[in-house]
Amino acid sequence: MPAVYVRDLTVAYEEKPVLWDLDLDIPTASLTAIVGPNGAGKSTLIKTILGLVPAAAGTIRIFGEPYGRNRKAVGYVPQRGSVDWDFPTDALDVVMMGLYGKLGWIRRPSRRERDVALNCLEQVGMSDFAKRQISQLSGGQQQRVFLARALAQDARLYFMDEPFAGVDATTEIAIVGILKTLRDAGKTVVVVHHDLETVPDYFDRVALLNVKLIATGPIAEAFSRDNLQKTYGGKVAFLDR
Amino acid sequence: MSIFHDLIYDYTLRNVALGSAVLGIVSGVLGCFAVLRRQGLMGDALSHAALPGVCLAYMLTGSKTPVTLMLGAAAAGWIGMLIILQITRRTRIDPGSALGIILTVFFGLGVVLLTVIQKGNDANQAGLDKFLFGQAAALVESQVVTMAVIGGIALLIVTALYKEFKLLAFDAEFAGTLGLRTHALGTLLTGLLVVAIVIGLNTVGVILMSAMLVAPASAARQWTNSLSHMILYSALIGALSGLVGAVLSVVETGVPTGPVIVLCLAAAVIFSLLFGSAQGIAWDWVRRLKRRNGMKETTT
Repeated sequence: MPAVYVRDLTVAYEEKPVLWDLDLDIPTASLTAIVGPNGAGKSTLIKTILGLVPAAAGTIRIFGEPYGRNRKAVGYVPQRGSVDWDFPTDALDVVMMGLYGKLGWIRRPSRRERDVALNCLEQVGMSDFAKRQISQLSGGQQQRVFLARALAQDARLYFMDEPFAGVDATTEIAIVGILKTLRDAGKTVVVVHHDLETVPDYFDRVALLNVKLIATGPIAEAFSRDNLQKTYGGKVAFLDR
Repeated sequence: MSIFHDLIYDYTLRNVALGSAVLGIVSGVLGCFAVLRRQGLMGDALSHAALPGVCLAYMLTGSKTPVTLMLGAAAAGWIGMLIILQITRRTRIDPGSALGIILTVFFGLGVVLLTVIQKGNDANQAGLDKFLFGQAAALVESQVVTMAVIGGIALLIVTALYKEFKLLAFDAEFAGTLGLRTHALGTLLTGLLVVAIVIGLNTVGVILMSAMLVAPASAARQWTNSLSHMILYSALIGALSGLVGAVLSVVETGVPTGPVIVLCLAAAVIFSLLFGSAQGIAWDWVRRLKRRNGMKETTT
């Protein structure tokens, strides 16, 4: 059973198709990059799977079940720019938000949740910044806090929307290390990614997307010059490697 | 210090003090969420939208009891809110325009109804226009009790759902992936804003009520980087400004209460913007000045 199973998925904003008749299987314990040009529907694909954007048609299963019945198996790292970093809170508090789903309604986080969150901050190398107001963190540090929040969710399947956008080189290396650790621990990680050059180094599998799914599979098979031409329409200069 | 004596023993002053303090606390707390969700103008639209509700409640029942008028105001405010939320979610009209439309249409209707009521030869109608700018001196004990009860219920809900509201305000998308019904939760939180507005009808009035929501929260944000502290400070600033403003308006007879409270709030905001320990700009100047002097010393 694949971690993610998508059949005949179509999503439209105001009549305009954003994703068209998409079939996609993502096997468990894999590290998959979703790549494609701007407007290809990469974020929309993730958000539709997570139930944030309604699908016009199609079937989506997470470990064989609809998302609504398997929420606790899934962790999410949104785009860093999607929140207001001037919000009055600190890094530790943001990480604890990853535990709200398991806490359920009304119950407040306790000492136990605090310790879990601290541990997650440590895993991303941010222990020293637990009490730092989030607007005073660099872009890379903010991204690590988001990653720590997802780790706190203790999920089996992770979706991450451009976790490498605008981060420094150290953070990028740290994040790749965490992604590979997750994969090696049997978790499934799906990442919207922009930098084509790093795809073969960072990921096992790729899904090439441009409204339709152009190709998907292990890097060696799917990440070919031919498929990239089809995805980007001949605008990929770096490929002469 | 006879003013303190009067605050406790004078019937009018005691009602004014208690009523405005209740209002300040409730609107200070709910205002924090409105400001953080960038819904500062929502309060303005909804308070204006409450006016026709007050008028209709009076026209339909002929009664001026606080509960009747508050219910009318709340109903109109909630209807206005639902229309704004639907416009924002289902059409391409942007939120700002949706607020503008509802604010003016509802308030226009309210003013027309108010005029109709005043033209009718009804001796009982006198005083409905005090809802425009508020008149704390007219507060009676039953009103204060009603305000305290519904305000208390609103605060209980905020306390129970504090963690959910916080996540909603910071990252609604993430909240959605956790299974929180973000639309319903957002509607509830905005609905509580209407409760704060209803509490402020007698004291501040519909026209300036939004200041009670936006100003304490904005001032409080300057002093802290923690949401729970911000809410606490905001409630304090709201209660103090409300109390001082209301008492001044009663003692210096004849001034409507709303405008005086707004002036007190303005003072709190300006002071906080300058000297707030978390974001106040005066400390930036001091730091910059120090750095410049430091540089001079090293160069000479």
